[in-house]
Amino acid sequence: MLIQRSPDVRPSEITPKHLYLNRRRFLVGLPVAALAAGNALAGPKLEGITKSPLSTTEKVTPYNDVTHYNNYYEFGTGKDQPASLAQKLKTSPWTVDVGGAVSKPQVFDIDAIMKMAPLEERIYRHRCVEAWSIVVPWIGFPLNALIKKAEPTEKARFVAFQTVLDRRVMLSESAAGIPLPYVEGLRIDEAMHPLAILCVGMYGEALPKQDGAPVRLVVPWKYGFKSIKSIVKIKFLEKQPPTTWNSTNAREYGFYSNVNPEVDHPRWSQASERRLGEFFRRKTLMFNGYADQVARLYVGMDLRKNY
Amino acid sequence: MALKRILTSRWTKVPVFALCLIPALLLAWRALNGDLSANPIEFITHWTGDWTIRFLCITLAITPLRKLLRLPELIRFRRMLGLFGFFYASLHFLTWFVLDKFFDWHEILKDVVKRPFITAGFTAFVLLIPLAVTSTTGWIRRLGGKRWQMLHRLIYVSACVGVVHYYWLVKSDIRLPLLYGAVVTVLLAYRLVANLMRGRRPRAVLARSGPPAV
Repeated sequence: MLIQRSPDVRPSEITPKHLYLNRRRFLVGLPVAALAAGNALAGPKLEGITKSPLSTTEKVTPYNDVTHYNNYYEFGTGKDQPASLAQKLKTSPWTVDVGGAVSKPQVFDIDAIMKMAPLEERIYRHRCVEAWSIVVPWIGFPLNALIKKAEPTEKARFVAFQTVLDRRVMLSESAAGIPLPYVEGLRIDEAMHPLAILCVGMYGEALPKQDGAPVRLVVPWKYGFKSIKSIVKIKFLEKQPPTTWNSTNAREYGFYSNVNPEVDHPRWSQASERRLGEFFRRKTLMFNGYADQVARLYVGMDLRKNY
Repeated sequence: MALKRILTSRWTKVPVFALCLIPALLLAWRALNGDLSANPIEFITHWTGDWTIRFLCITLAITPLRKLLRLPELIRFRRMLGLFGFFYASLHFLTWFVLDKFFDWHEILKDVVKRPFITAGFTAFVLLIPLAVTSTTGWIRRLGGKRWQMLHRLIYVSACVGVVHYYWLVKSDIRLPLLYGAVVTVLLAYRLVANLMRGRRPRAVLARSGPPAV
């Protein structure tokens, strides 16, 4: 398959990696700043990561923004809350239960997942349904590596994902305003697509808790809420599984939720977005700029109806 | 009584004015320190919106408080509080108009017409404009107490529509919009009840009850 990359940013505009990484090191060096940032800066370094040709060359969003501006409703509906409240989540030991319509149902330990496939750095655009966006150097491997290990049967047409539920450290459903545990789903061909990754780190380190430690999904052509965090369960199904935001408000959040500038959210326009760190809004791209790679998945589908 | 003396002193308005400015100064301070979160425009929008609805509630609370606490002197602060509500509403509106949309008239008009929560917010703001304009003593005289009072009841509508605006924009956590909704409901219900009870008293007493109380 031919995977293309759109040259939307000139090489001269890109901050070299050693510079943006240095910016963080500078932060760590300041005791006050480190204290303010708390545990967010304490991820262990990941070794042996290869760079993916699927990465965008756009300017990476500062680490501090990606770790202090989060939607993780189990740990607060304010964007600054998960950075502190999610630190209470216990992410070790951790297992992911893989089952349903598969020949080899199994429970993977997080260590097994970390070694399941070579870890790659994938710098992706990440577009929230709320019309803001970031560029994140995720670390992970194609979700299809795990799917192949489970050997889905003929009946496996959809994949359902479930976030951990720990009521002792998480908000109640009424406080979060959404049913828990958080669940998401993909069609099997979407899940098999090489751009969909299981993510275990970012910025060269293990995932911070507020960003979905220890393992999350990243589906860069869909709105951010599809990229479910802190996964404990993956189930293969014949029927389309329920998804959290869809069951909260079906008119506003569809199962597919592909980034689409032409289909507005009922309450706001999706035509443009604010990239964190930029003053002017920028145009939102079809499938978040990944149309060349993923549009074929939706040929013949009415994207206005299947929003 | 010491409290009454404080409330009637001409100097009391100065600290109240300063107090009302604190949210704006705090916001400016955070801006200077780069402490406006990863999404500063959103932060400023929420900050100014929060303070608009708070000041509308405080303004609406003056009449019930002065009656329940028997402190008619509180009326001296109502105009200032209301104007601060308008001040924060203007900042909120301008943040959207200038910082968020950057004078994109096409988008702005589309939003006002198409997005119910923006239609509501815009309406709530526009309704406050005539109240701010006619807030001076000169305008009370020109309009006459009764008509002025009628006009200024628009704040009831503005506060209600403002709460609806808030309720319609949140994604799932509706606790704060409901809280403000409850506060506005209580403040308006007080007036309704007080009005019904006053209706039983002879009109002659009303005629001498002093400046218009909205």
